[in-house]
Amino acid sequence: MTMLNVGRPTRPEAVLETSHRSLSGGRGLLQDEALIFEMGGWNKTGVDLAPAEHDASDLGDLVRTAPIGLPGLSEPEAMRHYVRLSQKNHAIDLALYPLGSCTMKHNPRLNEKMARLAGFGDLHPLSPQSTVQGALALIDRLAHWLKTLTGMPAVAMSPKAGAHGELCGLLTIKAAHEANGQGHRRTVLVPTSAHGTNPATAAFVGYSVVEIAQTDDGRVDIADLAAKLSPDVAAIMVTNPNTCGLFERDVIEIGRLTHEAGAYFYCDGANFNAIVGRVRPGDLGVDAMHINLHKTFSTPHGGGGPGAGPVVLSAALAPFAPAPWVVSDGEGFKLVEGAEGDAAQAFGRMSAFHGQMGMFVRAYAYMLSHGSDGLRQVAEDAVLNANYIKAKLSAVMTPAFPDGPCMHEALFDDAWLEGTDVTTLDFAKAMIDEGFHPMTMYFPLVVHGAMLIEPTETESRQELDRFCHALVLLAQAAKAGDVDRFRGAPYLAPLRRLDETLAARKPRLTWKPELAGVSPAPIAAE
Amino acid sequence: MRYLPLTPADRAEMLGVIGVGSIDDLFADVPAAARKADLFDLPLHAGELEVERELSSLAAMNRPAGAGPFFCGAGAYRHHVPATVDHVIQRSEFLTSYTPYQPEIAQGTLQVLFEFQTQVAALTGLEVANASMYDGSTACAEAVMMAQRVTRRKKAVVSGGLHPHYAATTQTIAHAEGMDITRLPAAIDAEAAVIEAIDAETACVVVQTPNVFGVVTDVSKIAEAAHTAGALLIVVTTETVSFGLLKSPGEMGADIAVAEGQSIGNGLNFGGPYVGLFACREKLVRQMPGRLCGETVDAEGRRGFVLTLSTREQHIRREKATSNICTNSGLCALAFTIHLSLLGERGLRELAELNHSKARELRDALAKVAGVEILTPRFFNEFAIRLRGDAAATVEALLTDGIVAGVPFSRLAPEAGMDDVLLVAATETTTTTDIAAFADALARRTGQ
Repeated sequence: MTMLNVGRPTRPEAVLETSHRSLSGGRGLLQDEALIFEMGGWNKTGVDLAPAEHDASDLGDLVRTAPIGLPGLSEPEAMRHYVRLSQKNHAIDLALYPLGSCTMKHNPRLNEKMARLAGFGDLHPLSPQSTVQGALALIDRLAHWLKTLTGMPAVAMSPKAGAHGELCGLLTIKAAHEANGQGHRRTVLVPTSAHGTNPATAAFVGYSVVEIAQTDDGRVDIADLAAKLSPDVAAIMVTNPNTCGLFERDVIEIGRLTHEAGAYFYCDGANFNAIVGRVRPGDLGVDAMHINLHKTFSTPHGGGGPGAGPVVLSAALAPFAPAPWVVSDGEGFKLVEGAEGDAAQAFGRMSAFHGQMGMFVRAYAYMLSHGSDGLRQVAEDAVLNANYIKAKLSAVMTPAFPDGPCMHEALFDDAWLEGTDVTTLDFAKAMIDEGFHPMTMYFPLVVHGAMLIEPTETESRQELDRFCHALVLLAQAAKAGDVDRFRGAPYLAPLRRLDETLAARKPRLTWKPELAGVSPAPIAAE
Repeated sequence: MRYLPLTPADRAEMLGVIGVGSIDDLFADVPAAARKADLFDLPLHAGELEVERELSSLAAMNRPAGAGPFFCGAGAYRHHVPATVDHVIQRSEFLTSYTPYQPEIAQGTLQVLFEFQTQVAALTGLEVANASMYDGSTACAEAVMMAQRVTRRKKAVVSGGLHPHYAATTQTIAHAEGMDITRLPAAIDAEAAVIEAIDAETACVVVQTPNVFGVVTDVSKIAEAAHTAGALLIVVTTETVSFGLLKSPGEMGADIAVAEGQSIGNGLNFGGPYVGLFACREKLVRQMPGRLCGETVDAEGRRGFVLTLSTREQHIRREKATSNICTNSGLCALAFTIHLSLLGERGLRELAELNHSKARELRDALAKVAGVEILTPRFFNEFAIRLRGDAAATVEALLTDGIVAGVPFSRLAPEAGMDDVLLVAATETTTTTDIAAFADALARRTGQ
């Protein structure tokens, strides 16, 4: 009421200065933030604990005498520190996050709320089984959904991420071969377009990796596959839809040839989002496939995890699945935890407990919310959105595989940048200035300067249009010779382009007081 | 459907832009035999209220650890996590971001990882730590395989004090890569048998302290024996709070330390997601698995952080990578780092002392119960007791008194022949009333 009557101007003056710098180094809401080790809290704590009644004298010389070197923060300092840091991140909640192969879709907050119910969040993995019946029921129901959606008879729930699922799948295959007198098989065939985790996993299990060529239209070269399938091949690992965003048209033939050679068909299910509710991998001849719950079923990626990677299995592989698993005997649910009795053929154990329960709760809530109808719509909208982007951008960029539809992601190469002096990397960094996270760059390896765009189904048409508009403007600028816009990008991010070569040449992986030029000798607690 | 923004009108117009007649045209590459025309035999979509109702009813069928006296540990521990932690990890910018592949717009995540790595290195007394593994057990398996790369030897000696599920995980995963795992028999003082199992072919020795029976060991002598034989010492810790009170693995000569970080910042979650800690000597860094965050500068010379040394990793090295790990435990690592920043050295030490004090209180109470033998001489917050009869049956019996008495060792290792052994843990969440209720109930049961 009085604010406007005290001479305070209410309209901004036009200011011409464009590269304004503050006096103290601050940048408005975007604060530079020190490391916790530079904040002086060597004898500070942000928790108030009851005093201990007994000392540790009974432990004698096992007790640590040297200081640890951990700073502490009061609660307000900690809150401010981490909230400031959070503001330096891009996030799906801020804008389109079109990282191909990563499926960055909306993460419903209902799922977060459900995972935090005490009955799930405060449940000990070794609590007596009679006290965890609801948790076992949930795992059983989630398994039922996964089996139904994939048309596969069994699922190993314990793998903790996609790559862990791949490992589980290949170990299952290895165990099956050994049980069938085929343990001599030493080779796994992997297309050149595969995720890096595929060959890494195969090598991890002790297989040698042989690459399968790709056809000009971005699919597995069936002739090359047939030529390389031999009595030495244990499995093929094929992603479908593949990493070029294309459905493997000959997938049934791929499965048939593989089985004819006595090998198993492992499918990398990273792109299941594109076909969920419409296509069942079990109908395609797949023997094993991991499902990234953090992709298709939207458990949040959290800046790098956690994820979950259950593996659906064919009847031939099911007996070799790792412990533990849930069984139901009519009176209730039971965890089979060791390799005895019915579980005698289990190949072993993937991790200490029963898998990523926190992710199971979220994924199950997501499935119940969508239902069979919503999940089918998920696949349709994901594919529609990708094809829409492909159509809108094909006028200015070069699609890697222009003929026919793509699935859930649109792949472009860098042919259209030829002669511009702008690289895929430069283009991606310029997208940051336009307010978008770059697409996946330089992957798959089979496409030169690849740009893989996955919008997902949770983008509105308005956001897709906003994104395409920005990319069209950028493409026009690149072709018009506005090279500095790209080579120097990003200009508007919290930091300019970072020197990754320096980081690798002189690794500084932890904070060290001597390198920081300070000497905050850590103070041992009283 | 509340999560899908496209309207029927949008869809129709977009199909027009694409130049196809129907959505089915976009699925034309799918073989006709594999196209499902009908909806799957699963329920239709449901509102928030209905979903919440169903999930809540499942949750209500479980007995949370906080519902009464509770003494389970054995690799997962109930601790109090400050409310700040859960608030911050639910910030959109942390929760809904991907692995920091574009460092200019991921400095929040990257700086947290740098702080995390520094905290883990400090706790374990080693020079470098990675940006997290799935959990302690898979970190243990990765450590064994790393030792194979470093020493070019294939034999791993695994102490009988290692959590049996960790040993099984390591056996499964490392054996697949060609390691020969020598698993020593389970015993309270299993560490005593480790040194004589080391020979000139040994790549690494895996020892847990506090071990699965809660026994705290100074592993310096084992470190010496391993190093004399040219092997690495891997020290495993399942209760990270113990680092606040006990000598660090690095101080005792460990080359690699792995730990389950769940105790700090993370809930029990019925076994996952958890966060694996992985640290080692600096000279071994290029053989490490997993992501590493490193310090660098931007084009204007300002400090920043990036993922680095990625030539070890699967997306660059493919079949020659040090590990196949990609997604790890980023958000759990964030929770860990926030909680540990709140604790600081002083808080962590106090928390560790409080845990140890509660366990001593529990030990004193149980030692007075007729028929109970305390098996663990020196422990942190967990120890083993021998009962007169079957431990699993006693746990079931005490459940009817509202007490979750602990983890029967037979559940972890049915083959060990230790059916009368019960593992019990106490933390800062354990009250004197809980302990009295447990001791009273046990006295009633074992007195019968």
